[in-house]
Amino acid sequence: MAQRKMLLEYADNPEARSLEGWKRLGGYAQVESILKTRTPDSIMEEVKSSGLRGRGGAGFPCGLKWSFLDRKSDKPRYLVCNGDESEPGTFKDRHIMERLPHQLIEGMIVSSFAIGSKHSYIYVRGEYMYILRILEKAIDEAYAAGYLGKNIFGSGWDFDLSVHPGAGAYICGEETALLEGLEGRRGNPRIKPPFPAVSGLYGCPTIVNNVETIAAVPYIIAMGGDAYAGIGVKPSTGTKLISASGHIRKPGVYEIELGKVSCEEFLHSEDYCGGPSNGRPFKAVIAGGSSVPVLPLDLFVKTAAGVPRMMSYESLAEGGFVSGTSLGSGGLFVMDDSTCMVRNLWNLARFYRHESCGQCSPCREGTAWMEKLLERLEAGEGKLTDIDLLVEISKKIEGNTICPLGDAAAWPVASHIRHFRHEFEHHVRFPEKIRDPKHNVAAPIPRPS
Amino acid sequence: MPKVTIDGHEIEVDAGTSILNAARKIGGALVPPTMCYYSKLKGSGGKCRTCLVKVVAQSAANPRPMPKLQASCSTPVADGMVVQNLTSPEVLDARKGIVEFLLLNHPLDCPICDQAGECDLQDLAYVHGLSASRNDFPRRTFETIDIGERIELNRNRCILCYRCVYTANQVAGARVHGVLGRGDHAEIGTYIRSSLDSEMSGNVIDVCPVGALTDKTARFESRVWFLKPMDVHCTCDKCSGKAVAWMRGEQVVRVTARRDAYGEVEGWICDSCRFERKDKAAWTFEAPRRVERNSVIGQNHYTGLRQLLAVTEKHIAARAAVSAADEAAGGATGYGADPAALISG
Repeated sequence: MAQRKMLLEYADNPEARSLEGWKRLGGYAQVESILKTRTPDSIMEEVKSSGLRGRGGAGFPCGLKWSFLDRKSDKPRYLVCNGDESEPGTFKDRHIMERLPHQLIEGMIVSSFAIGSKHSYIYVRGEYMYILRILEKAIDEAYAAGYLGKNIFGSGWDFDLSVHPGAGAYICGEETALLEGLEGRRGNPRIKPPFPAVSGLYGCPTIVNNVETIAAVPYIIAMGGDAYAGIGVKPSTGTKLISASGHIRKPGVYEIELGKVSCEEFLHSEDYCGGPSNGRPFKAVIAGGSSVPVLPLDLFVKTAAGVPRMMSYESLAEGGFVSGTSLGSGGLFVMDDSTCMVRNLWNLARFYRHESCGQCSPCREGTAWMEKLLERLEAGEGKLTDIDLLVEISKKIEGNTICPLGDAAAWPVASHIRHFRHEFEHHVRFPEKIRDPKHNVAAPIPRPS
Repeated sequence: MPKVTIDGHEIEVDAGTSILNAARKIGGALVPPTMCYYSKLKGSGGKCRTCLVKVVAQSAANPRPMPKLQASCSTPVADGMVVQNLTSPEVLDARKGIVEFLLLNHPLDCPICDQAGECDLQDLAYVHGLSASRNDFPRRTFETIDIGERIELNRNRCILCYRCVYTANQVAGARVHGVLGRGDHAEIGTYIRSSLDSEMSGNVIDVCPVGALTDKTARFESRVWFLKPMDVHCTCDKCSGKAVAWMRGEQVVRVTARRDAYGEVEGWICDSCRFERKDKAAWTFEAPRRVERNSVIGQNHYTGLRQLLAVTEKHIAARAAVSAADEAAGGATGYGADPAALISG
């Protein structure tokens, strides 16, 4: 099935980048009618019935998240858009923000109207400084046209929108660390509870949503929640952006209808990845950004029960973390058989060690310990016991930390060793081969004799 | 008022109480250990993860278990909540892992550490730790920095509990130190090498769960279990004046704040009481401090220490006898006899 372009319909159209062009394409007309004819509660209901799931990685139902908002509080409410996209392998939000800034602003207006936020923020990753400028320009245009500010669209409702740059830390994508950063403090995750929906930005009820989630909201209201729920295969409704990279012929951002594209098709179809880039067979796939468990090609294409896997939250999670993975944020990377999985894992572990905030002991000490062990294994100086030790450390970190970064660091370690243990053992047994710079392949895949 | 069951003991507590404080109300062995939570410091807790517990039922209305272990210091109770601490093997296993992480880069220099004997990490490791470390990498070390005349900072021992940071913020007025860097290279440091010299800054010594912050005026003076703690007070215009004087005979070796059963100070004391009043006459003595009977301080020795002392004395006596015999024989070889004789002697 070919791409279903909804969010990315105008992504390649240069007109979409300015307010004038976006209006010529039909932009802001719906927003005006929504503000004038709909009530916040009816928008909430539409989002709930649409079954939209958060696109940031956890896949939490968006309508349910909004319903957690503390409505009894007399404090102001805030909506924060999480544009701190730092997960290795994920680059879908960038696509929306740099090509369709007004689409995101529309989403922010409608979502803020539903939540009751009078001042909302877009938190942009520090490395995306040029995107910050694009968004600032678009927001200035919207203010000048009266789409932001006092009495927008003449609806009698005041709404301000600001952009805030991050300072370059992966951890600031965690929602409470993001709020700390927005308040001007060091981006350390907060201890939960209380959750942001009760006490978030400046101690006020706050909703934090991913860029892609917010961009989808105006489409849901325009077509109706039930119609949106008809796209995709329930409970994975709607479309999802997948940022594909690695050893594929056509890396890029693709929009799929959830549950309608098989994993096999996604890897090989000309509409998507287009097969291997250099003719070598694929070996492994990380389906949803670096944090989710890696899968060998055969388990990615078919579940352990032999059922073909589809690109959807449920199908990819089939088999749990033993033989399944997660759609995560949609950062899919594909590795061919020239990839050394030990080196790959070491690279990931180095990332998590560097990005751990250092607040809680399992993550602070565990990520560093795992990285040191992997560096040693990669250099051919490891021991066989190191492999089991790595699995044990990952189990001790998983679920015991303040924020999900600990889990994100532990899952790749456990899954790489579960599925590619022979490569780790090869590194221990044949260190002289590993040290040979020409020796690219980590280990021959054992064949049943 | 919500009713909560912890390890089979039911208790009624105020709404909003944390699981940990509910457990402390029950008391005894079921209280989860803490390394970073400090009830007197706002915002502390949640970081060390040693107080993780299993919530088997979230509340009477929602009897499902929580999917992950919860930090008991920051999770509020709900009516009908059922919690497992010591009765859950999962919790004990996780705690073992946490202790291993805490000890991973800890220097284990207890024999020369002033905190030994009253160290929270030591106690935790005895109860929940592994007998040997699985870490064979060099431990993380930091350069020594001087933070003033009276407080010794050893960052290699630090477990980053953030207690001293909160103390400096909330008790000592202004703080000049904090956590720099992130991840495993995070460190306690001061801004441009300044020193801690507010009137209450000495309290960071009492809140430190390990030997990272110790009293320079009592440094290497004595092991804590050789000192006799006495409840004392004085009239002080800066603090309550209620303190503990650690005595060796007539001499006040060091002064600390009074600490409760969970190692938390009962009242902050000022730096002049802590560092300057080392004269017995400056204090009014109340009574000997109540100490846990089975603690190292209560025993006045480490377990097995007497036995070790007896062996040592035996060796000294044997050595003296041999050298006396050697001298009597007119030998010029010093101890003369072979070392095996010394040991068996």
